[in-house]
Amino acid sequence: MLSDSPVAVEQHGPELLHHFADAEQQRDAASLGMWLFLATEVMFFGGMFCAYLIYRYWYYNEFAAGSRSLDIWLGTINTAVLICSSLTVALGVRAAQMGKRKLLVILLLLTIVFGFAFLGIKGVEWYDKYKEHHIPGNSFNVDDLVKEYPQIHIDPRHEQIYFSLYFAMTGLHALHMIIGVGIFAFLTFHAWKGRYTPKYYTPVEMGGLYWHFVDIVWIYLFPLLYLIDRKPLR
Amino acid sequence: MSEHIMSSKFYYTIWIALLCLTVITAAVSFVDLGPFNTIVALVIATIKALLVVLFFMHVKYTSEKLTKIVIVSAIFWLFLLLALSMADYATRLLS
Repeated sequence: MLSDSPVAVEQHGPELLHHFADAEQQRDAASLGMWLFLATEVMFFGGMFCAYLIYRYWYYNEFAAGSRSLDIWLGTINTAVLICSSLTVALGVRAAQMGKRKLLVILLLLTIVFGFAFLGIKGVEWYDKYKEHHIPGNSFNVDDLVKEYPQIHIDPRHEQIYFSLYFAMTGLHALHMIIGVGIFAFLTFHAWKGRYTPKYYTPVEMGGLYWHFVDIVWIYLFPLLYLIDRKPLR
Repeated sequence: MSEHIMSSKFYYTIWIALLCLTVITAAVSFVDLGPFNTIVALVIATIKALLVVLFFMHVKYTSEKLTKIVIVSAIFWLFLLLALSMADYATRLLS
């Protein structure tokens, strides 16, 4: 062992891996890596948002009619559910910082419950779309929308683009939620085992960053898909 | 990222603010503001996203400069993607 080495060679384990100078540097590195990953996620979802903007610009009538066929109440409730889950995550990270094991486990479990509630409500919305034949494919049919909005011209092919984007965007978001629930199940197990201490709670913090990010994606999906075309159609 | 534990009251305040903004944005969507419906909805969404990033994700108080650069560049690349694409599609009818 080099005596003048700035690296704590003897200490191993999650508290401080030997290639970091101190715990703070280790935490900063983890945080930076997580944010770099989230930056790639921004671009991942960004492509879909870009496609949505372009097609909404081209086929405004169809996008407005499709948007109005979504259930705004279920959408609003789901937004509130996700915001509540973000609160339990933030309080969970705080509990980990303070070394409150039981509180941490409870808050992580609550987050998972909110996650399932969101996915359940999303499932109900998707099932409604299935019943209305609004899922792109062979049985796709928008005669109901054509009848409901006689003042605008609705091309079924363009309407199909709206619903394709709706299912792609909410589906990709739901996939992220499912992965998030998996991550939080992992965190809950290790928190229950007492692996996270005020000295080392990086996984809780990084899982939290991921969950908050998925929440932010929904914060933008909600107005774009549900809200901006509610005004009367001319 | 130094140790900095916020009070739980602080998190509840952010949570209430986020819920209020959600109710406001849903209610405003029923009012006919013309082209401003989109702008209002996206401004409210951005305020909500900022609250989450700055306070729930601890960017305001505890993250270091390098992390902030990564976040700002992520937003900048997204802006490039959206702005340059729309600059193409929005000007096609002009010719």
